[in-house]
Amino acid sequence: MTRATSLLYLDGVSVAFDGFKALNELSLTVAPGEMRAIIGPNGAGKTTMMDVITGKTRPDSGEVFFNGAIDLTGEDEASIAELGIGRKFQKPTVFESHTVWDNLELALKAPRGPFATLFHVITGGEKTRINQLLDLIRLGDKRSELAANLSHGQKQWLEIGMLLAQDPKLLLVDEPAAGMTDAETAETAELLKDIAKDHSVVVVEHDMVFVRALGVKVTVLHEGSVLAEGSLDHVSANERVVEVYLGR
Amino acid sequence: MMSSFLFRAMDARAGVFLAIMAAVIILVPACNLFVPEESPFHVPTYAVTLMGKYLTYALLALAVDLVWGYCGILSLGHAAFFALGGYAMGMYLMRQIGTRGVYGDPILPDFMVFLNWQDLPWYWYGFDMFWFAALMVLLVPGLLAFIFGWFAFRSRVTGVYLSIITQALTYALLLAFFRNDMGFGGNNGLTDFKDILGFDIQADTTRAGLFAASGLALVLCFLICRSITRSKLGKVLVAVRDAESRTRFLGYRVEHYKLFVWTLSAMMAGIAGALYVPQVGIINPGEFAPANSIEVVIWVAVGGRGTLVGAVLGAVLVNFAKTWFTAALPDIWLFALGGLFVFVTLFLPKGIVGTVSDGWTALRQRRISSDFGEGSGDPPAQPPQSPAAQANVPEPVPATSRAGAVHPQPAE
Repeated sequence: MTRATSLLYLDGVSVAFDGFKALNELSLTVAPGEMRAIIGPNGAGKTTMMDVITGKTRPDSGEVFFNGAIDLTGEDEASIAELGIGRKFQKPTVFESHTVWDNLELALKAPRGPFATLFHVITGGEKTRINQLLDLIRLGDKRSELAANLSHGQKQWLEIGMLLAQDPKLLLVDEPAAGMTDAETAETAELLKDIAKDHSVVVVEHDMVFVRALGVKVTVLHEGSVLAEGSLDHVSANERVVEVYLGR
Repeated sequence: MMSSFLFRAMDARAGVFLAIMAAVIILVPACNLFVPEESPFHVPTYAVTLMGKYLTYALLALAVDLVWGYCGILSLGHAAFFALGGYAMGMYLMRQIGTRGVYGDPILPDFMVFLNWQDLPWYWYGFDMFWFAALMVLLVPGLLAFIFGWFAFRSRVTGVYLSIITQALTYALLLAFFRNDMGFGGNNGLTDFKDILGFDIQADTTRAGLFAASGLALVLCFLICRSITRSKLGKVLVAVRDAESRTRFLGYRVEHYKLFVWTLSAMMAGIAGALYVPQVGIINPGEFAPANSIEVVIWVAVGGRGTLVGAVLGAVLVNFAKTWFTAALPDIWLFALGGLFVFVTLFLPKGIVGTVSDGWTALRQRRISSDFGEGSGDPPAQPPQSPAAQANVPEPVPATSRAGAVHPQPAE
């Protein structure tokens, strides 16, 4: 796929921390509307890749383009979020001293400047949207609960809800099933498949059962670059992948 | 837009605070001016001035609470903005002395004549006009805070590093203002004021007027702070306090938010300083002392961070205690202050107001559940916090759900 038709385009991206190459000539393309799973052993560079895309880390070399034309390497976190890339962290990060409702209200797509928020009055449309999201993430009866009092799984869901409230073009989801029960994991997979109908999604995950449940194209990362790409069955048949996962 | 912004500030808690303040602003001057001296209800002038001073301290504490309690910026240099506001007012008061000074120079203040200066330095121009001085009271601290904040927040200096830089800022200003060459009276500062806006600064009526002005400024700034903290902007501030990088990934430019409250807070501190100086009659570089800024943080911690009302209460209570201690047991005041801070940190981490409002909520929740226990047949009341409520902090939440609640954290 060429850069022009891609939604996310990484070419030859390298990042080194004190000599350790977290990303090594990583190249990856995500098409509009695609859902992609990224797997790889610890230290493969999955989270660093997310950091590069969202502007937290600047790459030492390589190109990162969004929507075919926008160079992400020159933008900061806030403007990348405004461009339409949302991120869910590995450890659920919600605003603990805010209620579930306020968490969603803060995430909701709206002008982000201080003066816009100072004079902001919540509209009926926004309330409807928040209610829809509350239903989707099944936290309707917890709307006035402080986020700090949610269970781990509920926080994960709230964060996915906040991601949706931003209405991004591309969702980067880091280990959404971490610390969830089997039933919750299955539900989360369903939720993500639902979301993927009208968004592009990149999911980083360890849990093979979860990746299988998603049933999408898989990219295997190893030592900062792409080791294999294809369906889960295809990559699991790859000897190098087996070697990396099971140890040499 | 504007009306909904101001309307947002009001609720029962704000109402109680405003009622108390209204009573204080009216009664204290009235009991000083209109009640005969032999009456037990007479308030002596020195007490009016003392309480006026407390009100300006309360305003300073309010400014610190806005940045620390809501946005997590622990400023250990707010006394610098307070002192700058004070100096701006002091310069106006100096220019009002005119020929009544010791040397009788119509333009130059006494200390300049003493230093053999021939001309008024350019930065003293305009301070003979009250409106200009009043503008500078806001602009000088505001501009300094803006420049300081622009660099600090853009470079993402946070937590204890920022606190240390703010200490360095106030200390640098302390050293600078000690120098005679600076043209602000050096060690002695500015004093011997005669009148303000044409009124004799020593007169009872002027004192009462300054007291009332301090009270009104406090009320006004309280309402502004409250409108801000209860707006969506206030929610963003709390989000920044609790999870700064998450807020960035949502698309909020955190440095702009910090810069906004930081500058506003510095201007409020400037107003406080400007009202403080005519009441105490002197401003000198000692006001920049790093310890002063730290004391303000203690007031806020004692009263309750992130509550606004707590900052006012803490400032007044601690300063009452200070007045009493320094008269009765002058040697142990600093130990008492240190002990108070340790006590509050260990046993009242939410401060007085935070603890009381939690206790009240718990009591209310118990009453609701005991009603239900007697078999009323109705389900227990919904949590009183309606989703659309504009408030973000002290709305009552069921006690059980509050147990693990996160409260304002100290900046790392």
